[in-house]
Amino acid sequence: MPLLSLRGLTRRFGSTLALDGLDLDVAAGEFLTLLGGSGSGKSTLLRVIAGFEAADSGALLFEGRDLAGVPPHLRPLNMMFQSYALFPHLSVAGNVAYGLKRDGVPRAERDRRVAEALAMVGLSGFEGRAPQRLSGGQKQRVALARALVKRPRLLLLDEPLGALDANLRERTGFELRALQRETGAAFIMVTHDQNEALALADRVAVLEQGRLVQLGPPREVYDRPATRFVAAFLGAANVLEGEADGQGGFACPALGATLRPTQLPPGTAALALRPERIFVRAAGGPETVGGVVEDIAFRGDDSLLLVRAAGGALLRVSHAEEDGPPPPRGAALRLGWEAASLVPLSR
Amino acid sequence: MRRLLPGWPSRLVPALPGLWLLLFVAAPLLVVAVLALSWAAEGVPPFALPWAVPGQGLNTEALALALWDGYYRAAFLDALLVAGGTAGLCLLLAFPMALGLVRAPARSRPLLLGLVLLPFWTGFLPRLGAWVGLLRDEGWINSLLQSLGLIEAPLPLLYSWPALFLGMVHAYLPFAVLPLYTALSRRDPALEEAAADLGAGPWPVFLTVTLPLALPGLAAAFLLVFIPAAGEYVIPELLGPPEAQMVGRVLFQEFFQNRDWPVAAALAVLLLLVLLVPIRLFQRLEAEP
Repeated sequence: MPLLSLRGLTRRFGSTLALDGLDLDVAAGEFLTLLGGSGSGKSTLLRVIAGFEAADSGALLFEGRDLAGVPPHLRPLNMMFQSYALFPHLSVAGNVAYGLKRDGVPRAERDRRVAEALAMVGLSGFEGRAPQRLSGGQKQRVALARALVKRPRLLLLDEPLGALDANLRERTGFELRALQRETGAAFIMVTHDQNEALALADRVAVLEQGRLVQLGPPREVYDRPATRFVAAFLGAANVLEGEADGQGGFACPALGATLRPTQLPPGTAALALRPERIFVRAAGGPETVGGVVEDIAFRGDDSLLLVRAAGGALLRVSHAEEDGPPPPRGAALRLGWEAASLVPLSR
Repeated sequence: MRRLLPGWPSRLVPALPGLWLLLFVAAPLLVVAVLALSWAAEGVPPFALPWAVPGQGLNTEALALALWDGYYRAAFLDALLVAGGTAGLCLLLAFPMALGLVRAPARSRPLLLGLVLLPFWTGFLPRLGAWVGLLRDEGWINSLLQSLGLIEAPLPLLYSWPALFLGMVHAYLPFAVLPLYTALSRRDPALEEAAADLGAGPWPVFLTVTLPLALPGLAAAFLLVFIPAAGEYVIPELLGPPEAQMVGRVLFQEFFQNRDWPVAAALAVLLLLVLLVPIRLFQRLEAEP
């Protein structure tokens, strides 16, 4: 039995559907990221699971028990807030002990577990500090310790790394994963950052307008995006519009070519092609189109070329540094790719 | 930086508040202080300036009397107790009102706030007059109770302690609601959600998060009522019992009935000094982030 099951979860705000018949199962001990842009419903979903918003219809089952009508303080899960929401009138230890106090955990055990939780996030010795006198990273750890000290089987995290600067974000991400493995709790993390989602999760759930558009391991979601939205949102793939010619080819007028992907299921609406799967070639190959470099952006380990194809499409092409200097602006070149790199999109 | 106004106007504008304070606060205060040190005398006005009476110098008797006489001390005590009671009652009523205001849908908030401020749209004295009309022996409440046969003789509602507090709370309640509303609307709702998420039911959330975080706002509201209420004259005069000899009332009597201006001025100076303590407290609260 899954730890958490969402069945047809729907939430309306006025005339907009924040959640539109969402189905999702979360296994015990799993790290799931909810990835989506603003307005995708990912934060609403977290708030419905935590009990701060009620679903209009659908079921929310925790270990088979329906949580509908169960107020937040009686739900067997904890949440880490985006703003951290540390109590400013309590010390670090007071914040972490808050949940244990509400549960009536005796003083001695409480002190021991608070010390453990603070040690776990590397904040031993900060017990008496006021939250206002902590750095952003330290606040984040206190919020994490406060949520984990109750040993929940499910922890909800709302953009836990969002307020940290880039250096800290990567390190804290690794620490989050380690904590998740150590505690064995299932984590559901909301993020709008695709790198974060891919790096941390066992499975990524991509949300678009309140609907689950794709769910799977990070590599699968990245390599085989199901829709135009996922392809564009994750890794900014090129989406090639066209239609199947009925003979195993996919006519793509904007590219001025007919492509031959290895897979072309019926109902294919477009093809996705990742910038790093495109080679810049001097000579022609099995799948090549001509183009002209319109612009170049240096990104450190590669350069991003914007190449105008013969048919008018503008392609994003990644040119790796180890392949030598990128072609200059205005250069004419030929682009090629493996047939397997073309991913059919259903819509 | 470029000056917006050339020459003297740019120097005058920042000086305006100072000028205002000088004219309307410092100068009257000085007058009152000089009065408190003057001698009572026959005539119009009924006092002689300290330097106008040869061989007598400053009059410290009025101040000493105001300080040490039991009658005046009781008047100060009455005033502080009534002000404290009024402020306490106002908080009890204002806190749920302010909470209701911040939790009301954003659309209806201006209307509700308007209702809190509505009493200010009518004169203060007519509003007190309305209370007199309701509470007096032949007033609406007594007439109604009598016509229903519930009482035989009218209840002594007017000129009583309850009537005094009723009038005080009625007059000062908005002064408590507004600072509390401001304090509560600045709070972070995520804190209450976090408390609930950690296992606190609605009452524990209120007692461990909402209330402690509202303490500065509560203190500000208390002082904002307490300070003006301590000097109140009109309400005890119109609604209160004769024994409610609050300092404002005593001061009025000294000034207009006994025509002992130095003692009246001394009482005013003392009242100001007594109220400086809570005023200072209020300023320190406001200065906190």
